[in-house]
Amino acid sequence: MFEDFILILDSTVRLSTPLLLACLAGLYSERSGVVDIGLEGKMLGAAFGAGAVAYITANAWLGLLAGIAVSVSLGLLHGFASISNRGNQIVSGVAINFLAAGLTALLGQTWFRQGGRTPALPEGGRFGDIVWPFAEQIREIPIIGPIYAELFSSHNILVYAAFLAVPLTWWILFRTRFGLRLRAVGENPAAVDTAGISVTWLRYRAVIACGILCGFAGAYLSIAQGAGFGVNMTAGKGFIALAALIFAKWRPASAMLTCLLFGFLDAVAIRMQGQELPGVGEIPVQFFQALPYVLTVILLAGFIGKAIPPKAAGIPYLKERS
Amino acid sequence: MSETPAIELRKINKSFGPVHANKDIDLVVKKGSIHGIIGENGAGKSTLMSILYGFYQADKGDIFVDGQKVTIPDSKAAIAMGIGMVHQHFMLVDNFSVLENVVLGAEDSQLLAGGLTRARSELKRLEDEYELRVDPDALIEDLPVGLQQRVEILKALYRSAEILILDEPTGVLTPAEADHLFKILEVLKNEGKTVLLITHKLREIMAITDTVSVMRRGEMVATVETEHTSMEQLAELMVGRSVLLRVDKKPAEPQAPVMEVSNLTVTDSRGVQVVKDVSFEVRAGEIVGIAGVSGNGQSELLETLAGIRSATTGVLKINGETIDLGTSTLDAADMRDKSMGHVPEDRHRMGLINSFTEYENSILGYHRDPAYSKGLLMDLSVIKKNAVDEIEKYDIRPPNPMLKTANFSGGNQQKIVLAREIERDPEVLLVGQPTRGVDIGAIEFIHRRLVEMRDAGKGILLVSVELDEIRALSDRVLVMFDGRIVGERGANAEEGDLGLLMAGVDTNSKSLEGGVQ
Repeated sequence: MFEDFILILDSTVRLSTPLLLACLAGLYSERSGVVDIGLEGKMLGAAFGAGAVAYITANAWLGLLAGIAVSVSLGLLHGFASISNRGNQIVSGVAINFLAAGLTALLGQTWFRQGGRTPALPEGGRFGDIVWPFAEQIREIPIIGPIYAELFSSHNILVYAAFLAVPLTWWILFRTRFGLRLRAVGENPAAVDTAGISVTWLRYRAVIACGILCGFAGAYLSIAQGAGFGVNMTAGKGFIALAALIFAKWRPASAMLTCLLFGFLDAVAIRMQGQELPGVGEIPVQFFQALPYVLTVILLAGFIGKAIPPKAAGIPYLKERS
Repeated sequence: MSETPAIELRKINKSFGPVHANKDIDLVVKKGSIHGIIGENGAGKSTLMSILYGFYQADKGDIFVDGQKVTIPDSKAAIAMGIGMVHQHFMLVDNFSVLENVVLGAEDSQLLAGGLTRARSELKRLEDEYELRVDPDALIEDLPVGLQQRVEILKALYRSAEILILDEPTGVLTPAEADHLFKILEVLKNEGKTVLLITHKLREIMAITDTVSVMRRGEMVATVETEHTSMEQLAELMVGRSVLLRVDKKPAEPQAPVMEVSNLTVTDSRGVQVVKDVSFEVRAGEIVGIAGVSGNGQSELLETLAGIRSATTGVLKINGETIDLGTSTLDAADMRDKSMGHVPEDRHRMGLINSFTEYENSILGYHRDPAYSKGLLMDLSVIKKNAVDEIEKYDIRPPNPMLKTANFSGGNQQKIVLAREIERDPEVLLVGQPTRGVDIGAIEFIHRRLVEMRDAGKGILLVSVELDEIRALSDRVLVMFDGRIVGERGANAEEGDLGLLMAGVDTNSKSLEGGVQ
């Protein structure tokens, strides 16, 4: 029973990682006042870029860089449409999602002829698990052993990066000049402008930060958790990350807890597949898959406190002409 | 007198498309003085100051700061030259602390800690030097507007501003808060700072400035020493003709009540009681003014009576008919049918549809009236004739009913709304902020028209945050504070007395202690 629980937690960590990376990505963007519904598309683009380059070069690091490059480019496109040209941020984000879904499948098929997938990655093209020292020796110790060996040890480097990004994001947001300005520009861009700071450049930096983290998230899917890119492999994770961001009220630590919760639900769903619960019977997988959205709706309806977004989120900044 | 001026502007020009907002503006501001710039809305004051603060670039012209010719490409450059600005709409981040707002943009280094520590001690010093007391850890959203403005001033001083521009600073303040602000400005002046005060309020100019420059339609028409001028002269310069600052009216002859409100309570969407157990009456032939600082329940009171907002409890008697507002489902159209006209506070949001033509707007809300329709269709010829009549009677310019109301000036837009409501000849007229954003000439006209209506035996309920307007028009004044009517005064109430009431202090009950922040 305890072993089972540890295994579920272990897969919770693995399943939460891409959500967490994408959620933190969205946090940078939305805290700056740029709503990003295109997390999904950026992740997908990054997964493809990472998968393709890692296959060709047999180097996971180059794959990661390629994923980041694709994702940042898509982010800059979003920025160009919604920051420079003050377009509707939702429309721009949706466009990026379509663009990524179509382009990855098309390019994948043209380049690799495997139905849009990238071929299985060669040796070195994938981030392997990092085994912590003495994991094998400690494994036998009850309680602590499995927790150390399964839960903490033996994940790939992107998992650790994702969880380290949480305190880092908090620190950037609340302890640095960039963070102060980022939060300010999402609340009242006019205040930032009159303080002599460029609203445009600040928001572009936020969008780039968002792109980098989405790049990590995408690369994780194709060259760390998986062993190659598959068509539409994000499967709505970008939207769940967005729901998690709202659920977490745009705060880094809450984002981590929310993503862990959503990942846990996913892990339980997989675990429960085909299993009967005494007195309840078999619970459909869809029930667990729907839970993150249901929880978010309940939150938005005001049952679990109130989720107040950054005040200027979604509103293009225009100097008023008086 | 041969001292270098703090600011000198030469032949500044700025156009927005076809609008020539600033024409050949010359201005000299003496160091260590309080220099007022007065003009009507749209005279170009704010544009000029925005150029000085680097928000806009002048098309032509030279700027000298401390005798040096400069270009000001952005606000950052203006700040570096020691120019600080307190905007009409505060440039603060509501969910930040005072300290965070002060350091924003002047953080010293990549990490915040150092900057915050320095700001904390610097704020302490400024507090002692200028008596600008404010808790550095308070959140902006928890502070009253008077203190928020203080934070704006502190922001400028923290950036070592030598020249401080204040754009319509008293619009959101109670008279007591405004007085306090003037004291602060005096202290700043004594410390050698230069203050530029932009306003459309003559009283403020007379009270505080050393020199005053008058702008009219994008031009600088005069610069005079304040002690050598008068309100009448300045008003004439602003408008370009002589204007009557006082409203000429004979004493009211109130008759039977036409509207009685009892125990009205209104709760807003957040569940907060915004109008608390309010009772009053309006008689035929009188103007009842409701004074109060913006946000003390006046707007909600007006909207409830107009049928736009629903009440929790309360009874309204109008023209002899009794309506239980707590249960009634009457909407704005029903209230109009009961001979109640409504000039809403915000003409852009509720009074007009600015993308519609003037004639369409002239029947808005009365479009169901059979007089304006032929069967299912609108009777355009009648509607347009009506619009032309109103344009003539109210001197609405340009006199073109086919023009979209967006193309009319604030004063003329307001006249369109007033004409529409008054010409339906209601027994009771609800009027909110009738002269907000309206030039002096139109104010004079609107005030006269309201008094005429009163003399014709109608009842008028006037809500205004302009104390001068309340005092000029009202036959009785009710003061609202925190959702309640806290006092009633007669036609010639003292300004100071009303001001204290507006801050919730009743002088009659002698509870003055410490005053207001």
